[in-house]
Amino acid sequence: MLIQVKRGRASAVPPSFRSTQALSRVWPVLLCLLLLTLAVPSFAQIDLSGEWAPAYHEDGPERLPGPELGDYMGLPINDAARLRADSYDADRISVVTEYQCRPHSADYGMRGAGNLRVWREIDYKTQQLIAFHTYMAAWGSERTIWMDGRAHPPAAAEHTFQGFSTGVWEGNMLTVTTTHLKANYLRRNGVPSSDKRTVTEHWARHGDFLTVIVVVDDPVILTEPLVRSENWYLDPGQQQNVMYCEYTQEVPPSSPGAVPNHLPGANPFLNEVADWYGLPLAGVRGGAETMYPEFRLKMGSPHAPPPAHCERFCICTTLADCNLRPRPAR
Amino acid sequence: MIRTLWAALIAALPLTAQPNLENATLQVLPVQGNVYILLGPAANITVQTGKDGALLVDTMLEPLAPKITAEVKKLTPLPIRYIIDTSLTADHIGGNAALAAMGAPGASVPDGGGATLIAHENVLNRLTKPVTTSLTPANQHGLPNDEYATPTKDFYFNSEPVIIFHEAKAHTDGDSIVLFRRSDVISAGDIFTPDRYPEIDLENGGSVQGLITALNHLLHLTVPEHLQEGGTRVIPGHGRICNEGDVVEYRDMVTIVRDRIQDMISHGKTLQQVIAARPTLDYDTQYGSGGRFVETVYKSLGGK
Repeated sequence: MLIQVKRGRASAVPPSFRSTQALSRVWPVLLCLLLLTLAVPSFAQIDLSGEWAPAYHEDGPERLPGPELGDYMGLPINDAARLRADSYDADRISVVTEYQCRPHSADYGMRGAGNLRVWREIDYKTQQLIAFHTYMAAWGSERTIWMDGRAHPPAAAEHTFQGFSTGVWEGNMLTVTTTHLKANYLRRNGVPSSDKRTVTEHWARHGDFLTVIVVVDDPVILTEPLVRSENWYLDPGQQQNVMYCEYTQEVPPSSPGAVPNHLPGANPFLNEVADWYGLPLAGVRGGAETMYPEFRLKMGSPHAPPPAHCERFCICTTLADCNLRPRPAR
Repeated sequence: MIRTLWAALIAALPLTAQPNLENATLQVLPVQGNVYILLGPAANITVQTGKDGALLVDTMLEPLAPKITAEVKKLTPLPIRYIIDTSLTADHIGGNAALAAMGAPGASVPDGGGATLIAHENVLNRLTKPVTTSLTPANQHGLPNDEYATPTKDFYFNSEPVIIFHEAKAHTDGDSIVLFRRSDVISAGDIFTPDRYPEIDLENGGSVQGLITALNHLLHLTVPEHLQEGGTRVIPGHGRICNEGDVVEYRDMVTIVRDRIQDMISHGKTLQQVIAARPTLDYDTQYGSGGRFVETVYKSLGGK
């Protein structure tokens, strides 16, 4: 905004008139200052809009090729969640057609195939922010983060995979609360998440970088909140693909209505991750203590002698690199 | 005749059988199309409204009838013309008599009285020759006056097809689910209760295999929109508004628990051994204590 203020000239007028005249000269300046004040965001909000490309340097093997079966390391899960994950048979997503187009939910969706678009919805008349909308590469999931102060729906309202999100500014950080989520997964190897969870996110933009901290509180599955972070960098040339999903039964069920599952104690794959990476079983079984560094002092010895060299996803940070490594024979 | 029977049975009902519901509050939420859910301290009520009047699926408890009527009147000034009972369970049919009396006849009414009461014939048969269980009181009133004995029953009401499916030997042997075809909403009764383990009333003809079959039929009827969201909405017997994704989670749980208990039975485990093995351990944090459910599944599968 270009502002020009003419200097006043001296004149022999009564003091009262002079003060009035002086005020009239100052008034445009005050008005401009007021306008400038109004133009500053009320809550120090910043624009998160843009095309964001994910950085997979954190948890790359889990997020790209996918977690190993039986790997619950670092997840503060309870006994119920552990048994549910142990019972998971990956055939389920080939046999049960209803799973085939099931998307990542809002919380897990931040972790994988995470090319992200963020755009703002602005009220034309007030120029106030109504919502942020996001589009995620995985399944083309769209999500809305309401910024207009609206309340969350009643408890009996429908749940969705993206849930109902509202955001508030805490300085330049956007804190998002999401409820009404459908049951989904905390890790793509059968570790579940429940429809009773609440997800809190902290979105922080640092120039061309975006960091989101995701905190999952799930009274059904977790004994402590699960805290994870993901990062993106601005990529204005990013072009998102059109996502399409049509389900079909890829593998016939063993019997009509069958839901593939391993009976308790009968899953033959649970020790693989420990053996392939030379880890103690206590570590891969998860639980809150596996989140903390001191656990390394008491986690015990490897279940099997560590391999001479790692044959799995040990260093990969891109999907192509991960896929170059063959699976060891079972 | 029926009204006389109702009055006699109302008088015969012990007052202690009626919970104190004076302070109970009801909540109405729109579901989809012409259909609403009415939530309260008992089983959910499904309300469909339109140019012909109101249709209710299930009726909660008798003392709540005035409050239920008041909520329905907020949705339509027209009378309740149909009531469909999804089963004989007490907290689903307790308001039958009072709500029907405040209504007006639907298409079929044998005695010219209030709203038409539809249920599978097994509901009527069991209510008139009751087997008292924890779910069904000995005395019942507000009996169905338009029972059906076929696999399905359908009629057109409020500008849409209303299709009733009999789900044999599931929660009981008289279960119905109701599809509102234009609104694309299914009222599932106690076939589907996402906030708790299923109540399988073995003495009134229920079975775990029948329940799984019914849940799979429910999944057959539901069609989700893009990415398994929305589409056909499902109103459960108890709990929040759902759709196919929620039914899948529940069906999986029942099926997996069935598989575990079946395996233990095949290995000669006694009921006490099965309960001690905690085959619902992984679901108890979601659905509550699974002891009663385990016992009914064990017995339903022929465990000795």
